[in-house]
Amino acid sequence: MSIVSSSGTGLPALPSRRLFVQGLAAGGVVTGLAAAGMSPRAFAAAGRGLATAPQVLDTPRIALAIGESAVDFTGHMRPAITVNGSLPAPILRWREGQTVDIHVRNRLAHHPTSIHWHGLLLPANMDGVPGLSFNGIAPGEAYHYRFTLKQSGTYWYHSHSMFQEQAGLYGALIIDPIEPPPYHADREHVVLLSDWTDLDPGALFRRMKKLAEHDNYYKRTLPDFLRDVRRDGWSSALADRGMWGRMRMTPTDISDVNAHTYTYLMNGTAPAGNWTGLFRPGEKVLLRFINGASMTYFDVRVPGLKMTVVAADGQYIHPVSIDEFRIAPAETFDVLVEPSGQDAYTIFCQDMGRTGFAAGTLAVRHGLQAPLPAQDPRPLLTMGDMAHGHAMAGHGMGMQASSGHEGHAMPMAHGADAGHDHAAGTAVQHPRSEQGNPLVDMQGNATDARLDDPGIGLRDNGRTVLTYGAMRSLFDDPDGRDPGREVELHLTGHMEKFAWSFDGVPFAGAEPLRLAYGERMRIVLVNDTMMQHPIHLHGVWSDVEDAQGGFHLRKHTVDMPPGTRRSYRVRADALGRWAFHCHLLYHMEAGMMREVRIEE
Amino acid sequence: MSTHVLLPRGALIGMLLAALPVAAQSHHDHASMDHSTMDHSSVDQHPVEHTRHGAAASGQAQQSAAQQPRHPIPVPTDADRAAAFPALDHRSMQHAPSIHSLLRVDRLEQQWNGRHGSGQAWEANGWIGGDIARLWLRSEGERNGGRTESADLEALYGRSISPWWDVLAGVRQDFRPGDPRTWAALGIQGLAPYKFETSATLYAGSGGQLMARAEVEYEILLTNRLILQPRVEATLAARDEPGRGIGRGLNTLEGGLRLRYEVTRRFAPYIGVNHERRFGDAADHAGNARDTHWVAGVRMWF
Repeated sequence: MSIVSSSGTGLPALPSRRLFVQGLAAGGVVTGLAAAGMSPRAFAAAGRGLATAPQVLDTPRIALAIGESAVDFTGHMRPAITVNGSLPAPILRWREGQTVDIHVRNRLAHHPTSIHWHGLLLPANMDGVPGLSFNGIAPGEAYHYRFTLKQSGTYWYHSHSMFQEQAGLYGALIIDPIEPPPYHADREHVVLLSDWTDLDPGALFRRMKKLAEHDNYYKRTLPDFLRDVRRDGWSSALADRGMWGRMRMTPTDISDVNAHTYTYLMNGTAPAGNWTGLFRPGEKVLLRFINGASMTYFDVRVPGLKMTVVAADGQYIHPVSIDEFRIAPAETFDVLVEPSGQDAYTIFCQDMGRTGFAAGTLAVRHGLQAPLPAQDPRPLLTMGDMAHGHAMAGHGMGMQASSGHEGHAMPMAHGADAGHDHAAGTAVQHPRSEQGNPLVDMQGNATDARLDDPGIGLRDNGRTVLTYGAMRSLFDDPDGRDPGREVELHLTGHMEKFAWSFDGVPFAGAEPLRLAYGERMRIVLVNDTMMQHPIHLHGVWSDVEDAQGGFHLRKHTVDMPPGTRRSYRVRADALGRWAFHCHLLYHMEAGMMREVRIEE
Repeated sequence: MSTHVLLPRGALIGMLLAALPVAAQSHHDHASMDHSTMDHSSVDQHPVEHTRHGAAASGQAQQSAAQQPRHPIPVPTDADRAAAFPALDHRSMQHAPSIHSLLRVDRLEQQWNGRHGSGQAWEANGWIGGDIARLWLRSEGERNGGRTESADLEALYGRSISPWWDVLAGVRQDFRPGDPRTWAALGIQGLAPYKFETSATLYAGSGGQLMARAEVEYEILLTNRLILQPRVEATLAARDEPGRGIGRGLNTLEGGLRLRYEVTRRFAPYIGVNHERRFGDAADHAGNARDTHWVAGVRMWF
């Protein structure tokens, strides 16, 4: 079902590649469209096209109107779903301890909508997931959200209805702490990254169901093979191609959708628009990075500046000094920089597949730009990423037939990550629902959290890259109990069918995962796919465990690179029905979601 | 009637099965699995749960110290309960559509041949359905000298029996050659290891005729847009049917090599060469045993 109406075939005319990647300098939101009752075409003809930055709304009572506006990021006027006419949605700025009232009115003509406050602890009926927390907001109707802010930090909000998030319904949400933060900053900027497509998001989903590999224009070719033969010899090159060929997989499948479809935005501005955040030399600047993209991992750096990460997913961490970080969809990182010595610095955010980038500038005044760094080489997935090449497909015809895994036990050989207490020395047990399941195209053999691995395309790049291992919550385990039980879920999928699930069972046919109110339990995730998945549990924190199974890092969204097994503790102190899903929007919609029900 | 390959029917079926590139038999135990309709309560789809033996085995004193949360769990009020489980309209849960479709015109081409002039050929397939069960339509045909020499349309119910293989059952209607003829069809198709796109189908028609058609395609990427596609297709029959130009055994063996350029993913013109060998009655009927022609066409999907 389409959310925004699309004209014609749903295919945008082909702009030049450069225009597509860099976008329009003057592109952005054409506000007031819905109110003016004009079609995008008429609006364009009227010659107005000013990009507007989102407003900051900082009162405890606010009104948000969800409607349709026209945007132009690529030279084509397209409809977007906006909040109060802006894309991104307004920056909401509140204070810890406040009780906020938010009136959200749906001004869309035909579609119900919703707003989910990502990472906020609140009653289930305020969580904004249609069908779990409330009935959604029908066209013309409104919903009154009211909740007390129990936390502080950088968060965001977005639609939880169909593909509306992709169409533009996302914004930053900042909660100032009651106690002063454990760092000093002279000024701050929100840096909200996102991915924009001129396609109707529903058409993009249908396209992926037809040809999931549509955007992978980076497959290895015959000339690549001949190059590898010259470099590595026939047997090595053939063995490598054979391994991937038997799995029917492609090592260049880094992301499902890339810059062939997307224009990447920073605060709603394409690279050519050069979003600029100002600083005075010598100031400490806090950058609140939010990844509001539907399908895009960004690798972020500011050439010339060290970054000190002081919070992850809104929660303070021991400061970590780094050159670069990877931010998964839905994650937030608060980063301190101290620009001085240059008038301008580029904030460079390349997508994980190195097909495009979002970019903007930190500068002493508007109109400046620093050089754009070259994009890194495109990465290839390794058999290590595929959990040591023990993908079941690699065993030929047997596929999921073997379940005992005799002889597959892997020695724990990953340095600091070795000795994960409840995984060490054991082979992976796959759930029975994965066996013989046509929706499960591979099974990994991941026994390892790999918290210290910078990840695909970031290893050994000469820069200090943030890892989950390097981030440690500034506080001890707020609950303190050991988990009373453990639930293991496998992330599963079928690349070609674009079918995604937990344990091979898509959301539509899955039973809720039931938690007893008050319990402290552990969720273990095993990534049985070759894709990376940010897994978000609504309502409660996900306290990521270290290699020894101890409390390590409080998150609301836990990134799961391929070939990893990661665990986190959950304190089930929020009654209700909560969404638990991959935050790659199209993976969620394709089935990688469960209901978590916390009951007395 | 010349050199057709003589094969008993059993051997023909055996050959077909041997040609199937998948150990389909190994999946038969799963073939009846229906994820869309099965009773989930009877299937072990629940997450693996196990209490922590390590924790249980550790010192009781230490454990009991960790049994109380640092911050007590609030006691829920009735208001909390009401907020946690509001009355919901079950229709409010919106799902992305689970029914999708694809129409792929693999070959739509003009053929040139020195002796026989020019002709046209097509091969298209499409599906509509979910991730597991799909309705498939397939059509293949040839025209020569303005006359349709062969044309068929198949409608099949397809079901995934493994991540890479679908079993299909349905009907095929031949419009040419000869009088229209209806077949029952049973086949398998999918992606073999090393990414060979493969299909093999057995057809049972009137008069006790059994035929089989198998096709294998492969893609060699010269660049990510310039793609060389070898293709092999074979048809076999169990009985002689001189009137229809069908001979017992191997009837035709066709090899093609097409080079396409993907202007977009959806639209790719190509050029290529096709070689067809006819055996036995099929060759007699067609009047030639070998036929090589150049082709130019487009590949599209919607």
